[in-house]
Amino acid sequence: MSETPLLEVRELSKSFGGVQAVNRISFDLHKGDLLGIIGPNGSGKTTTVNLISGFVKASSGKVLFKGRDITSMAPYKIVRLGIARTFQMVKPFYQLPAYKNMIIPLYSPRVKALAGGKYGDRNAVALDLLEEVGFERDNQVAYKVASVLPQGYLKRLELAKAISLQPDIMILDELFSGLSLAEVASIVPIIEKLLSEGKTIIMIEHRLKELFRIANRVIVLNFGEKIADGAAKDVMESEAVKEAYLGSEE
Amino acid sequence: MNKRKERIDRGIKVRSEDIFALSSWREMLYLAAPRLIPVAAFIVLPLLLGPYWQRVLLSVAVFALLAISWDILAQTGMVSLGQALFFGMGAYCSAILNHYFGLSPFLTIPVAAVLGGVICTLLLMPVLRLRGVYFTMVTLIIPLMLERVIEATKIFGGTEGISGLAVLPSKWLELYILMAALTAALFGFRRMMTSDYGLVLTGIKDNDRSVMNAGINIYWFKIQALFIAGSVGAFAGAMMTHVYRFVGMPVFALDYSILPIAAVMVGGPGSFAGAVLGAFILVPLSEALRALGGLRIVFYGVFLVIFVVGLPEGIFHFISRKYSQFERWAEVDK
Repeated sequence: MSETPLLEVRELSKSFGGVQAVNRISFDLHKGDLLGIIGPNGSGKTTTVNLISGFVKASSGKVLFKGRDITSMAPYKIVRLGIARTFQMVKPFYQLPAYKNMIIPLYSPRVKALAGGKYGDRNAVALDLLEEVGFERDNQVAYKVASVLPQGYLKRLELAKAISLQPDIMILDELFSGLSLAEVASIVPIIEKLLSEGKTIIMIEHRLKELFRIANRVIVLNFGEKIADGAAKDVMESEAVKEAYLGSEE
Repeated sequence: MNKRKERIDRGIKVRSEDIFALSSWREMLYLAAPRLIPVAAFIVLPLLLGPYWQRVLLSVAVFALLAISWDILAQTGMVSLGQALFFGMGAYCSAILNHYFGLSPFLTIPVAAVLGGVICTLLLMPVLRLRGVYFTMVTLIIPLMLERVIEATKIFGGTEGISGLAVLPSKWLELYILMAALTAALFGFRRMMTSDYGLVLTGIKDNDRSVMNAGINIYWFKIQALFIAGSVGAFAGAMMTHVYRFVGMPVFALDYSILPIAAVMVGGPGSFAGAVLGAFILVPLSEALRALGGLRIVFYGVFLVIFVVGLPEGIFHFISRKYSQFERWAEVDK
């Protein structure tokens, strides 16, 4: 690992009032990694992601992307540099058909720049991308308004929006939550495919079994601090992690 | 036996990507009528009306433009209580250009529309980051503040205003410039909002975080929407200044802020057609009620409440639903 990491998080901290949501977290991310961030509720996973993507301003610490300092940059600038994320709570434009929901990310200056200054036919691109994440073309799901789509499709839509930005790093915030086993099983291959295409992914997950199948590294957070970092099975053996998840015997 | 209302789209409305399969004149008329009727009305109305109602029509057009301008902002997630700012800025810009620089109305009106839009955008830019009611409060305050500034500093004629401004060569020109502007604004902005650009604007209203997350600078888009809305309002103000040959503090009055909102509420938000329809109902109504003297405002208020309570979706959405869908009562078991 002599190359510089794609993403470097250095001593990142954030406090809300008196609450230390994230406390001096550091980690590196290399190209092609799938990093899982896990931890009990309120352990600072989403805040960490919000800090990286610029939606929350850091109290201290640094985030470097390709060696460039992106700490507390505006979210839209971070996206343009190549870090795209999904949200835990999907909030699509409910009154629009699914494929029209894709138009806004496809309107992104990043998409234009990557396509050599031309946007192209956004509707066609949207339909192609949606098919990639499992909107079957034959049954016209992509044309249905978002308000009638089940949660599984809304999560796929969220994923497709992130993919459409052709990011270097994708941050998936609880993509699997609220989905059935079958739905998760059908999304996992999509993520594996993204990895094989050389994408770097950070996943926040509570569905550990599915996550551990695909993640090559896991970070465990508790009360805003990193308590373990390593391969999935090693991490779960750690005493600190067991204590965080199961409580200690006293 | 319960009953519920079934709504079924008329066959012709079934469409994909704006491609229609038309097989008869009737079907073509069905699609064209909603566009042809307003355009025909804009052309014919000035010819049919007497001089007094022609003046009212000018006023209708001005308020319709202000209502459209309000609706542009509202659809971008900015609720404004200060359309008077746009109107007044346009009015003062054109008056100043005409009175102090001697420019002809043919020049002052377009320049004032752009200049007014720029100044309003610059004035409101610092508060664009405020959301919801905070932005709204600032838009309410700025025109009232400008009124006091003019009064206190006595600039541009102070409380007296500037009178004796140049007029357009004929009243027909006034009427038809406004009618043309209204047609262009109505259809142009409807098209704009259904384009991908418009989708980004409405996206900012529905979920600004999601738009930001697409790498789009929402403040830049809000600034653009503000400039567009500001220019439309400023154009209305500039036109009126040259019609009345006068500009003064009343151009920043609350009427120009409130009536456009009432028009949108009555006509139906989010369509521009509703805004125009609302102005075509409310302004003449207010004129017709003049005979009632002091009670005018009371009756006007009652009408407004009836409209808003009876048809909360707005008249335009009600009509367009009736036009594009069959309705029938269907029996429901249980």
